[in-house]
Amino acid sequence: MSHGVLVVAEQADGAFRKITLEAMSEGKRLASRMGCEAYALVLGAGVASFAGELAKYGADKILVADSPVLADYLTDTYTNVIDEVVKAHSPRAIVLGASSQGKDLSARLSARLDAPLAMDCVAVKADGENIVATRPMYGGKVLADVNLEGEPKIIAVRPKMMAVTESPGAGVVEAVTADPGRSAMKQIDRQLETGKVELTEADVVVSGGRGMGGADYTALEQLAASLEGAVGASRSAVDEGWRSHADQVGQTGKVVSPNLYIACGISGAIQHLAGMSSSKVIVAINKDPEAPIFQKADYGIVGDLFEIVPLLTEEIKRLKG
Amino acid sequence: MEIVVLLKQVPSTESLVEIAADGVSIKTDDIKWVMNPYDELAVEEALKIRESGEGQVTILTIGPEKAVEAMRTALAMGADKGVRIDPGDLRLDGLGTAKVLAAALKEMPYDLIIAGHRAVDDDNYQAGPAVAELLGIPNISMVIKQDISDGKIQCHRTVEGGTVVIESPLPALITTQRGLNEPRYASLPGIMKAKKKPVDVKPIADLGLDENALAGKTTIAALTPPPERKGGRVLDGDTAQDKVTALVNALRDEAKAI
Ligand SMILES: Cc1cc2nc3c(=O)[nH]c(=O)nc-3n(C[C@H](O)[C@H](O)[C@H](O)COP(=O)(O)OP(=O)(O)OC[C@H]3O[C@@H](n4cnc5c(N)ncnc54)[C@H](O)[C@@H]3O)c2cc1C
Ligand SMILES: Nc1ncnc2c1ncn2[C@@H]1O[C@H](COP(=O)(O)O)[C@@H](O)[C@H]1O
Repeated sequence: MSHGVLVVAEQADGAFRKITLEAMSEGKRLASRMGCEAYALVLGAGVASFAGELAKYGADKILVADSPVLADYLTDTYTNVIDEVVKAHSPRAIVLGASSQGKDLSARLSARLDAPLAMDCVAVKADGENIVATRPMYGGKVLADVNLEGEPKIIAVRPKMMAVTESPGAGVVEAVTADPGRSAMKQIDRQLETGKVELTEADVVVSGGRGMGGADYTALEQLAASLEGAVGASRSAVDEGWRSHADQVGQTGKVVSPNLYIACGISGAIQHLAGMSSSKVIVAINKDPEAPIFQKADYGIVGDLFEIVPLLTEEIKRLKG
Repeated sequence: MEIVVLLKQVPSTESLVEIAADGVSIKTDDIKWVMNPYDELAVEEALKIRESGEGQVTILTIGPEKAVEAMRTALAMGADKGVRIDPGDLRLDGLGTAKVLAAALKEMPYDLIIAGHRAVDDDNYQAGPAVAELLGIPNISMVIKQDISDGKIQCHRTVEGGTVVIESPLPALITTQRGLNEPRYASLPGIMKAKKKPVDVKPIADLGLDENALAGKTTIAALTPPPERKGGRVLDGDTAQDKVTALVNALRDEAKAI
């Protein structure tokens, strides 16, 4: 590929994760602006069967590292494969998603390749040879424009910030024979909650805070279900033991950027805002008209969430009816 | 067990962050400095491991003299000793930081290294895995539970939609995620004792690193405030139903969010 943009795909259980389509689309846009080709690298076991799908999002070539050794994501084997692919193809940039896998992988890769890394980017600009990546710092209190010196420039993009666009590429599939080596680690178990929409990937997030008054989140779950969304929580709700740590939104929890974020019984502390202020539309439901969350929300309802939320669920169901 | 905790002093999460006149750094005058919250989890976990067996907990930090405050907090929680690398005027980026940490670690004994998943200032999410790579040891990120036996560590690592359990031989590096533990507070006797615990200070130059290799590969061209979210509209209505109807209409027609 010489000197193209390499997009590292992420897949699970026979399908690409949403973030892969976002990274691929952004990688393609970047390649177009840099006047080079966009390549995808798909790693895993049994991935050859669907790797070709990335052509739809602009992959000119799709490199496939299909091996039983790569069945589970392990930092070292994945790093080994990418390292070899990079040596063979010298990409100018590597784009991947800043998911939990992508953050781990890009960080290790930056050290292996001695390459610049911009983590968790919300925008990427290319100006000839130069790439300027924009990334939040201090929990989103400032945005930094970062110059990356040297190649390959590694850019990990924040989930849900990059538009998914279809733009057909040649999509030539090519097997790569890079040696993953033997991992020092081993995956012993994998426990996934089935049927649950992942917070960081959801288009709609409905979060509940201390105002929920207890562990019964049924009202929020029903609202989230009516919008095919996910349920999040403030740290207070997690500290109370009402919700699991995995549901926490904020500076010491997950960062979410859904199209619609509905905060119920959440005051809007700065650490909570750090996790959701890149949402496109924010709605706050709070009985205290002075709650700081109203200063950040596009729409607010002052009222008791236990009264408002069920009415809202009914109204949305009627609309979608 | 020799455990090393990588610890960074950062502005407290409540801090008002303002961009300095140079446009590429922040004003530090009114900032309250604290231990990075994820590193508190790291210190706590290290202490727990030590308490269940034996060994030592060493705190390693790169930072100016004032960074010793965060290190003293860790010593007051119960860590045994500290090493501070003084960066002088050098501005280290994420990878540069990892190189310095790795160089310092090469001169120290370690079976387990614990870092935070992210430092809440730069939000790089980078040092942990990068240090492990430079040391040639395995790393496991975002750990919420760990168990050590027979020279191996088994970790529950959070991933989208659940957790995976990964086993690795020691030495290894893990990064912390909330849920791992509840960090203890430093006790008064702990604070008194911490004053006498040893803290080694080394200038970067003593690590024998090539300064060119430490030059930043990423540089901040500009800092800007995030787009202002204009406090929106509180929906009026005589009844709860009226307000909800107004909200749904606005979300559908105006915001096109549903
Ligand atoms: C280092 C550090 C890291 C932190 N990280 C995070 C983080 O990642 N995420 C996070 O969320 N927080 C975090 N926090 C905590 C944060 O500072 C706040 O304490 C927390 O966000 C408050 O949660 P809350 O809004 O649910 O509770 P509160 O602030 O108690 O607010 C509850 C709100 O509910 C409203 N309410 C009550 N009853 C009802 C009702 N029936 N109907 C409608 N409204 C009602 C009240 O008016 C109030 O506004 C962190 C703090 C620190 C120090
Ligand atoms: N200057 C530093 N000194 C010691 N440890 C650090 C330093 N910077 C980062 N770390 C460690 O690396 C983790 C992740 O930081 P970062 O990669 O900056 O998000 C932190 O939680 C610390 O454990």
